[in-house]
Amino acid sequence: MDPVTVGEPWLNIAIFGAFVAVTLIVVLRASRNNKTAADYYAAGRSFTGPQNGTAIAGDYLSAASFLGICGAIAVNGYDGFLYSIGFLVAWLVALLLVAELMRNTGKFTMADVLSFRLKQRPVRVAAATSTLVVCFFYLLAQMAGAGGLVSLLLGINDRVGQSVVVAVVGALMIMYVLIGGMKGTTWVQIIKAALLIAGAFIMTIWVLALHGFNLSTLLGAAAENGGAAVLDPGLQYGLTDASRLDFLSLALALVLGTAGLPHVLMRFYTVPTAKEARRSVVWAIWLIGGFYLFTLVLGYGAGALIGKETILAAPGGVNSAAPLLAFELGGPVLLGIISAIAFATILAVVAGLTITAAASFSHDVYASVLKKGKPEPGMEVKVARITVVVIGIIAIVAGIGVQGQNVAFLVALAFAVAASANLPTILYSLFWKKFTTRGALWSMYGGLITAIVLIVFSPVVSGAETSMFKGVDFHWFPLNNPGIVSIPLGFLLGFLGTITSRVKEDPEVAAEMEVRSLTGHGAEGATEH
Amino acid sequence: MSTDYRAIEQTERFKDLKKRHRSFVLPVAVAFLLWYFLYVLLADYAHEFMSTPVIGNINVGLLLGLGQFVTTFAITTWYVSYANRRLDPLAEELRNELAAAEAADGSARPTDGGDR
Repeated sequence: MDPVTVGEPWLNIAIFGAFVAVTLIVVLRASRNNKTAADYYAAGRSFTGPQNGTAIAGDYLSAASFLGICGAIAVNGYDGFLYSIGFLVAWLVALLLVAELMRNTGKFTMADVLSFRLKQRPVRVAAATSTLVVCFFYLLAQMAGAGGLVSLLLGINDRVGQSVVVAVVGALMIMYVLIGGMKGTTWVQIIKAALLIAGAFIMTIWVLALHGFNLSTLLGAAAENGGAAVLDPGLQYGLTDASRLDFLSLALALVLGTAGLPHVLMRFYTVPTAKEARRSVVWAIWLIGGFYLFTLVLGYGAGALIGKETILAAPGGVNSAAPLLAFELGGPVLLGIISAIAFATILAVVAGLTITAAASFSHDVYASVLKKGKPEPGMEVKVARITVVVIGIIAIVAGIGVQGQNVAFLVALAFAVAASANLPTILYSLFWKKFTTRGALWSMYGGLITAIVLIVFSPVVSGAETSMFKGVDFHWFPLNNPGIVSIPLGFLLGFLGTITSRVKEDPEVAAEMEVRSLTGHGAEGATEH
Repeated sequence: MSTDYRAIEQTERFKDLKKRHRSFVLPVAVAFLLWYFLYVLLADYAHEFMSTPVIGNINVGLLLGLGQFVTTFAITTWYVSYANRRLDPLAEELRNELAAAEAADGSARPTDGGDR
């Protein structure tokens, strides 16, 4: 196999082009009813639980999940599997503690819920800030993934070529979100999730068939090719005390980050009731859990059939395990399909992030804070559309800048920021009646700033071989992931801010929020067309 | 007058709904987080134990990892059945009464999702 280009680049492009064409038609059809803000941000709240659950799986199973986890298992064995467990168990936090209560009390964004019974302006601005930061980290990860993928699939290895592809991905995404709004974006997610899960399922069966449908045989083959250590924990994180602590930090960020991811929270508003929000999460859990079981087989399959050295030597490195496995199994056609799906994944996730960030800016900052909740008719959606274009351009420029960064790791940072800045305030406002504005602000800004400062002074940015800036060393925080410090601190600051507040929040509004969150009284329903 | 949420909050049925919700979600959340972190700590610090082979090449670590999948699916199913039986009927009853009361005294205001 030629290690530089794999498969037929024109075939990959053709299959990807077909996906873009089909989804564009769907987006155009879906956009006919985009009139009000509820249509644009929340798809008129007209999706069913199963549809939204599939879209959530589409949002969540990003390029990091598919390419990153397959590659991590192929190269690091068991330690790669640990990622997927954290990503899955995290959904129980969303199911039990967050989804339904948020659906009942909010309208479009996370800030709606957080500012419900606290002081509107400061809390909204804080929530919008952390929403934009989390979306930005997540966007960077997807853009980094897009560049890495093209170098493998299209044989484009020079920076200019990769930058052009990143720009094309960004431009397509701007188009989807501008035209389709949340409804179009959701349909793109649904199509993509179905393709991704079906593709992974077929490859899983194929790999298992090659090993007599015996998991133990597959593991044996992987151990033979990659060394017996791939079956045991510790290959990646067991090296030093710091790396063990780093793993603990990552585990904390993964399990608590999901329920604080703004683009996931926003999906709960696209269904008509809390019960449908619950059904969404249940569907998402089954789809995501099933998918991660497939990646376990695919990762070890890539380790067994292709081998660690070949994967690491391929352009795209660790991230190339799944595409290489597809080529090994089904030749250029399966490779073309799988890579088009991986591309589509990036495109769809980027679209979901963009609409979330745009909604947060337009609804929270523009309409609620600048215009004090009374924007001129139609202006809110207009501002959202302008924001989409601005975010798209920022994502393209930054995406070109982060080429070559590790995808799964950038996503882990987004999770750490979400878990430190968002989750404490979400849980406190839903479950603790005495929670105050000061608690919310301390927790959100404290968690956000701590997480970012620790990242800046971590080995991720400087002082290690894999750092973003090479040749300089200003790191003093030993871990790659800040979660183990910043998440407990976010919770602690929320508590301290609340007990030191002299101002009590309005008990009438607190009662209203509690009654509405549990009964669903007064919740926003579906819009009629 | 508008709906007196503080009075509703003090009714026995609302307190019951709140108790049913919290007495399920909070203990279960604590339990699955403890089980998850137990697993993470074992994977992080008890490599020999996790590497013990059980059946063929399948070791304790893999079985415990798959166990996390099983418990996640089980808790999901359990919560849905609990919510369907114990939460939804009561929540719906209270919601309908609130809507009827607001319609009767004409105090229904447009819901604003916090946009006061």
